[in-house]
Amino acid sequence: MSTIAVVGMPNTGKSTLFNQLTGSHAHIGNWPGLTVELMQAELVLEGQPVQLVDLPGIYDLRGHSEDEAVVRRFLESTPVELVVVVANASQIDRQLRLALQVRQLGLPALLLLNMADEARRFGVAINTERLAADLGLPVILLSAKYRRGLAEARQAMAEALTGEPHQQAPVRALDSRLAQGDAALDGAMAQLVQAAVSLPPQWRDRLTRRLDAWLLHPLLGLPLFFLAMALMFQAIYAIGVPVQEGLATLLDQFGQGVIKPLLLPLPPFLQGFLLEGLYQGIGTVTAFLPVIFLFFLAMGVVEDSGYLSRAAYLMDAFMERLGLDGRSFVLSLMGFGCNVPAILGTRVMRDPGLRLLSMLVIPFSLCSARLNVFLFMAAAFFTPRQGGLVIFGLYVMSFVAALITALLFKGRFGSNEPLLLELPPYRFPTLPQMLSRAWAEVRHFWFWARRFIIIGVVAVWLLNNLPLGVVPASAESLSGRLGTLMEPLLAPIGINPKLTVALVFGFIAKEIVLGGLAVIYGQADPAALSRAIALDVSWPQAVSFMLFTLLYTPCLSTVAVIRSESKRLGFTVFSVLWSLLLAWLVSFVFFQGVSLLQRLGALG
Amino acid sequence: MLESSPPVQLADLAPGASATIASLSADPGLRQRLEALGFRPGQRVQLLRRAWWAGPLHVRVGMTELMLRRRDAALVALAA
Repeated sequence: MSTIAVVGMPNTGKSTLFNQLTGSHAHIGNWPGLTVELMQAELVLEGQPVQLVDLPGIYDLRGHSEDEAVVRRFLESTPVELVVVVANASQIDRQLRLALQVRQLGLPALLLLNMADEARRFGVAINTERLAADLGLPVILLSAKYRRGLAEARQAMAEALTGEPHQQAPVRALDSRLAQGDAALDGAMAQLVQAAVSLPPQWRDRLTRRLDAWLLHPLLGLPLFFLAMALMFQAIYAIGVPVQEGLATLLDQFGQGVIKPLLLPLPPFLQGFLLEGLYQGIGTVTAFLPVIFLFFLAMGVVEDSGYLSRAAYLMDAFMERLGLDGRSFVLSLMGFGCNVPAILGTRVMRDPGLRLLSMLVIPFSLCSARLNVFLFMAAAFFTPRQGGLVIFGLYVMSFVAALITALLFKGRFGSNEPLLLELPPYRFPTLPQMLSRAWAEVRHFWFWARRFIIIGVVAVWLLNNLPLGVVPASAESLSGRLGTLMEPLLAPIGINPKLTVALVFGFIAKEIVLGGLAVIYGQADPAALSRAIALDVSWPQAVSFMLFTLLYTPCLSTVAVIRSESKRLGFTVFSVLWSLLLAWLVSFVFFQGVSLLQRLGALG
Repeated sequence: MLESSPPVQLADLAPGASATIASLSADPGLRQRLEALGFRPGQRVQLLRRAWWAGPLHVRVGMTELMLRRRDAALVALAA
């Protein structure tokens, strides 16, 4: 099968284009020979099956970043029949560089000029026929976001594949071939632009000008940003929490009304295992999918509108003093969705110190999996008003933990990497695109988490019910023994043996914690589960549990990705141990502090 | 003609003012990135705003807007 590689600079809408071309058939896979995951999809072009691979966004084929190295390694190891170069049409004055570099390599290529709508709006006129003739490559103007020109792009790809004999061998001596053409690059680019492009005499994007005057204002910019974030989270909870509660009740009724009678003929041990173990555990987690969907929807809007890169601008001065930069801040924000892609995102950093420090800080971002636990616990122990404050406090703690970590270790992971970031014009995200993106994120989360949840929940249930005949979750069960074993360490922070089991499994994934608690307490209905937990532990214990859950290792996947991205076992171990130590210390100070105040009669 | 006027720094331009890039004195890695983003001798560059607390600059070069830190901006020499 022919392989088509898609390359392009960051902010060209390359991923959107890739998704539009491939529909929902794309999957993330490990590319043979490269230790990175790339989006791939099979596509039929005029009856011919081809494989489309989305390579990371890069500025320069000779660049020094990790992503740029990945693209080079890919081209050196994979025979590619066609390279599709994606460029932002309105920035054609500088983006032809990549097309010229690909041409320099002698690879069959075609150039897709994306965001044609924006280029027109900004007054950039491109004579594609002239450009194609001068460049010697087919050139298509299109707008992936609004699905214009996709058919032409597809056809051009098919034609490029049927035309000349294809290059079957990977590129050899890539770097020296590129170096040969380097000196003439700027001149060639200027010549092409001169001949085929008319640029506007003045910047025309009034909307961006006006918005930036407010949103990047030296004094108002940051308060406005935090206000926007606060409103966003408020909206997510206001809509998501009632939906989540309704769904949970529904799932429980289904379990009690439909599944329970169906299981009646089975032996009691198996019945308990299937209903109280598997179904209740999975159900409790499923109920949180709406909140996660809303979260990714909101983050998608913030990112695609262009506001997220403004956050990097606003926060860079502060982050610089922590030994980090604006990008670390943006990645930490993305970590509030899921830590794993945020850590993968550190690939844009070249300086190893900066990268490691960012990787050390990102896991403290309160991800959606931890949020599930906190929403539940807050509802169980506090009034809605207090609960809101507790959640807000945990977000603050998440920032404080990142800040302390950066300040403590910035000396060890120092860097002075230059920071250059594009600030794209503000854009209106389209609803179908946002919905499909949030849906893809939730699906990805679910497929990925399901494995862990099922294994985790089953393991928790077995620990509680073995050896056979034991009273579930009693001191004699395996989980009871485990809890007792850990007691000297965890009793000072108020974590009882039952919560200990949940924490041990939370190390695998936080998605298991709630399902685990449902199994440990033998309650699936969230209301009943809250009551059971509230009877068993006090509110300071619950908050201590939440603090510990917030700060210790997010999940095995995060550990695995830190290991694979840092390529250092020592650093990975250090990152895990530091988060455990910090979690224990913070929980200890909180729990003992509150206990002391309670003894003095200052707190209820 | 004056012998040489003091070099103008990108960070010292008044917000909204433009100047012409004379040369780039960055190391090869940064130079490559600057060039990829459109910085090259002869190109006009406009300072849009400066961030608080000695933070980054918001500039426009060609059809691209971007942020860069002041100490990196110092490596872009402007024609007087």
